Amino acid sequence: MSEKAQRVTVLLSSSIAPSNGTSIAIPETAIPIACDLDIIRARQIGRAEASKLGFSSTDLTLIATAISELARNIVMYAKQGVITVRPVRSQERLGIVVIARDHGPGMADIRQILQDGYSTTRSLGLGLPGVRRLMDEFEIESEPGKGTVVVAKKWTLV
Amino acid sequence: MQVPILKQGQYLIVTIQSALSDEDLLELRDGLVHQVGKLRSQGVIIDVTALDVMDTFATRTLRDIAQMIRLRGAETVIVGIQPEVAFALVQLGLNLADVSTALDLEEGLTFLDRKTRTPGWKINSRGLEDARRA
Repeated sequence: MSEKAQRVTVLLSSSIAPSNGTSIAIPETAIPIACDLDIIRARQIGRAEASKLGFSSTDLTLIATAISELARNIVMYAKQGVITVRPVRSQERLGIVVIARDHGPGMADIRQILQDGYSTTRSLGLGLPGVRRLMDEFEIESEPGKGTVVVAKKWTLV
Repeated sequence: MQVPILKQGQYLIVTIQSALSDEDLLELRDGLVHQVGKLRSQGVIIDVTALDVMDTFATRTLRDIAQMIRLRGAETVIVGIQPEVAFALVQLGLNLADVSTALDLEEGLTFLDRKTRTPGWKINSRGLEDARRA
């Protein structure tokens, strides 16, 4: 019984439930990131996926820019990783989740990384704080030596 | 993908036609900084109308290009930043305040004409005179 309930939760979180109550699983799109060309590919795929959900052209640009920053962080700091995009639904709203995952060096002090102007390389240090401003929701988990996971969401206006 | 650099009189015109990788952008930077001296150009126009995303790297590189070209004695103007891109740049907290911008190619040319013409002095039958007083 409890096992069944758990499966339902998992299914709903990765699918969009149409109004008749049945749900259709929407496969997520995973884009491997390993070089600067992958940064362009990731933001183009992300924009295409987001446009299916009815985002405005301004929002599509914000999402694509956020994906570009996340993918660049992977290339610069971790060398390799994966960007995943998938639709989400929360009550009445549709949205998109962008997940950037790597097994790179990780970060010891996330709070410092999220300060404007902080950077360990020659970048402007606006990457992650910038992504936080471009998207509606932002979560980061990082462990030195293990890697980093960033989860960012943006919701359509209903 | 190489970005063509066109010579138009005393100016160089660069029209970016599709998304550029980091490597393409750095190649463009190096090419422009050389060409501006080789062709003795007074100004450079970079048209970014076709760019649907300008992230921190692209913006930083464009700013670097403008600063390097100024050090080489010429002016740079970036034209065609799309409204959505402008919005994203502001949200990102990117500052292009030290780089000249114009709406489109035409405005960019007008800007450079104004900027590179040495105002004030002209030579006529009476010799060198201050045009501002004329």
